[in-house]
Amino acid sequence: MATVDIDLPHVKDDDSHHHGPAKGLGRWLYTTNHKDIGSMYLIFSLCMFMIGGMMALVIRAELFQPGLQLVEPGFFNQMTTMHGLIMVFGAVMPAFVGLANWMVPLQIGAPDMALPRMNNWSFWILPFAFLILLSSLFMPGGGPNFGWTFYAPLSTTYAPDSVTFFIFGVHIMGASSIMGAINIIATILNMRAPGMTMMKLPLFVWTWLITAFLLIAVMPVLAGVVTMMLMDIHFGTSFFNAAGGGDPVLFQHIFWFFGHPEVYIMILPAFGIISEIIPTFARKRLFGYSSMVYAVASIALLSFVVWAHHMFTVGMPLVGEVFFMFATMLIAVPTGVKVFNWIATMFRGSMTFETPMLFALAFVVLFTLGGFSGLMLAIAPADFQYHDTYFVVAHFHYVLVPGAIFSIMAAAYYWLPKWTGHVLNETMGKTHFWLSFVGVNLTFFPMHFVGLAGMPRRIPDYALQFADFNSMASVGAFIFGFSQLVFIYNVVQNVRAGQKATDRVWEGAHGLEWTVPSPAPYHTFSTPPKID
Amino acid sequence: MTKAMVLALSLFVLPAKADWQVNMTQGVTELSREIFDLHMLIFWICVVIGVAVFGVMFYSIFKHRKSKGAVAEHWHENTTVEVIWTVVPFVILISMAVPATATLINMYDTSEADVDIQVTGYQWKWRYQYLNEDIDFFSNLSTPRDEINNVQVKNSNYLLEVDKPLVIPVNKKVRFLITSNDVIHSWWVPNFAVKKDAIPGFVNESWVRVEEPGIYRGQCTELCGKEHGFMPIVVEVKAEADYARWVADQKAMKLISAGAASQNYAVADLIAKGEGVYNAACAGCHQVNGQGMPGAFPAITASAIATGPIQKHLDIVLNGKAGTAMQAFKQQLSAVDLAAVVTFQRNGLGNSVGDSIQPSAVQQ
Ligand code: HEC
Ligand SMILES: [Cu+2]
Repeated sequence: MATVDIDLPHVKDDDSHHHGPAKGLGRWLYTTNHKDIGSMYLIFSLCMFMIGGMMALVIRAELFQPGLQLVEPGFFNQMTTMHGLIMVFGAVMPAFVGLANWMVPLQIGAPDMALPRMNNWSFWILPFAFLILLSSLFMPGGGPNFGWTFYAPLSTTYAPDSVTFFIFGVHIMGASSIMGAINIIATILNMRAPGMTMMKLPLFVWTWLITAFLLIAVMPVLAGVVTMMLMDIHFGTSFFNAAGGGDPVLFQHIFWFFGHPEVYIMILPAFGIISEIIPTFARKRLFGYSSMVYAVASIALLSFVVWAHHMFTVGMPLVGEVFFMFATMLIAVPTGVKVFNWIATMFRGSMTFETPMLFALAFVVLFTLGGFSGLMLAIAPADFQYHDTYFVVAHFHYVLVPGAIFSIMAAAYYWLPKWTGHVLNETMGKTHFWLSFVGVNLTFFPMHFVGLAGMPRRIPDYALQFADFNSMASVGAFIFGFSQLVFIYNVVQNVRAGQKATDRVWEGAHGLEWTVPSPAPYHTFSTPPKID
Repeated sequence: MTKAMVLALSLFVLPAKADWQVNMTQGVTELSREIFDLHMLIFWICVVIGVAVFGVMFYSIFKHRKSKGAVAEHWHENTTVEVIWTVVPFVILISMAVPATATLINMYDTSEADVDIQVTGYQWKWRYQYLNEDIDFFSNLSTPRDEINNVQVKNSNYLLEVDKPLVIPVNKKVRFLITSNDVIHSWWVPNFAVKKDAIPGFVNESWVRVEEPGIYRGQCTELCGKEHGFMPIVVEVKAEADYARWVADQKAMKLISAGAASQNYAVADLIAKGEGVYNAACAGCHQVNGQGMPGAFPAITASAIATGPIQKHLDIVLNGKAGTAMQAFKQQLSAVDLAAVVTFQRNGLGNSVGDSIQPSAVQQ
């Protein structure tokens, strides 16, 4: 094939001899094309985001006022559990994998992912994992109701029967993530265009490379812990059953050994996206490229030695508390470096404020707020007052919603013209941004207050002094939830029609992805580009 | 500073009845105040860093925008600056970690307690056993179901009130030995800055020395199943003389209830009493109407056990069923309550077996 390519003029490279997309449903079922698979991941993640979001609205509607109004406490617990699981494993992670599928080959000048068939497989098992998980809601005894952290023995001895389906679902999601991660590593290490050295990689690629290693390291740990649960439930072992000589705290150690790196899996690619967008709209090169790479790598390494900061109240020995407090505080240093670098990039730049930039700026501010509350939570003695209250809920929603989710929104607005070939409607984009911005802060900021004042998390009803802030939060949640409809409408309109986008799309954009036509043809970089 | 924040907020939100506590409870122990100070210290550090960082950011956003004719400069590296903003946060963090470690050491010193109380979490109530006295009781939520279901107006201690509070003496070092009977719970009283997980198979320690008598309220903070939101903690801190009187009263009451168990009761009285016990202790799972929740908690109405031989019925209520949410009620309820609730289950909730059991029979 390569020999044929040489004879053809470059622009004709795409459809003339390579087959284009197949017709009908078969295209999507059998596709091995990174762009098709990327789109499917992104659409899947959007669906999950809406489902998980509806569950959040059930929770917020119940919490609008004290007293039980809409749902039973048992169902409330299923909603909090499913909301968490779906947002983490169904919305945020697949969205990042979708972005990686689309953008990694385009950014490194590769024709496709290294392992295209596995790519198809790792996407197509996901919908089944979530069908299994969601179907458990309709089983006798209800779905998982033990929180997304599923602490034993609530999730083993005391769990509803559907927990077995939950375990099966988690296994499938894990397999999908591991395959996705292997594919990304293989692509980045082997398929870079000649001249694309490691220290020239765009930061989105760098952050994903490191994230993929985190995934390979910790998803098997998650698989291990759910398998141990399965053994306890069905095969008479007692890993986590104190009555049989087991150890319920062991569960938490294993879970968080997975869970803490998992948190970074959901934020490192976001760092990459923001590091692409800010230089584009500041029209200035990213400040401190190499320190950005080292910062991400050190955050990833540190993420393996901080897991027990989720467990300050389980009764660890004093040295354990001190070690995990110090290690956790250390993470603030490389994270701070990243924030400083973004701001230094803007400083003396020439900024404009299109929708992707607005989301990126909101990310920098609000993610940093979440980082501050994280620093407070790291102070072990104070954590005895914060732990398992709404203060924690506020903290992790600040890093995940205006953090991870805003970065995904920013990425969608930033790269969508490249995907569809149409310029986005800026007015609708800005409307979406401002509604989301107000909604998110109205929802999550008051949670700091009720948490500090003493409201525990995961309760369906609360004492009267928490009433006012809770109604505010509920109003905010509905604003945020419904403003996503603006986004969906905007995207659908953009796919169907719209002004033709240029190849570069944004005035300040740099990078290989902007050298191919908009929309990016079905096959790109069949001949590697030259990088100087 | 709390006041300023409240004020700022009330500009945006209409005034309402509930209070607007926005900050951590300062509490009534030396330790809780120490923790509060740490919290404020790290908070102000964050505020200062935030003002500096966002200050620069918003300055650039206003000054260095293209619409104002700003032209981008070309620098993109500066080792000195990068080293400075790596080292400075590092130093700030160390200065923060030192006092935090000192407080931790103090928290972990559970030695030389005056009173030892074992706290055990159950789905969904707390059990308090005074290790040096012969006192042992359960503490249940006492908010009426009608308030929760919005039938009745909610009282001011809604969801933060119990039938029998924990009582401790003022100015004495009280040590809590915290464990659990079933799933993991967590015992938290914000005013004491005591929060410790109650874990089956483990005994965790915590301590408190309260400086002012009063009533302090808290909640379970670890998700422990359906009624997790409904297992509050109330601690009454009493002056020493009052505490001694309370201990004596408890012992006297124990004798009285032993006497009550040896009497005989009319079936109708047992059923009437049993309904109250059932609603307080069993309805959380088996439901007020006795229908249970399919797949989780069996129905009592027409249940094989509740309509079968009375000994088997009594047995599951006394000893529970290992490995399920059905716990042993032997220690939780008095012999009179046990006889009453069993009799009620057999002759109420749609069942009509017709037999009954007396407290004296339960005691054997
Ligand atoms: C925490 C939840 C919970 C509470 C509270 C509870 N039960 Fe149960 N109960 C159960 C469960 C679960 C079972 C089923 C056990 C099994 O798997 O056989 C059960 C079974 C029973 C049965 C046997 C029913 C049958 O047909 O199998 C009786 C009788 C019973 N409980 C009585 C009581 C009484 C009396 C009380 C109050 C004093 C009570 N329960 C409180 C959870 C609870
Ligand atoms: Cu509990």
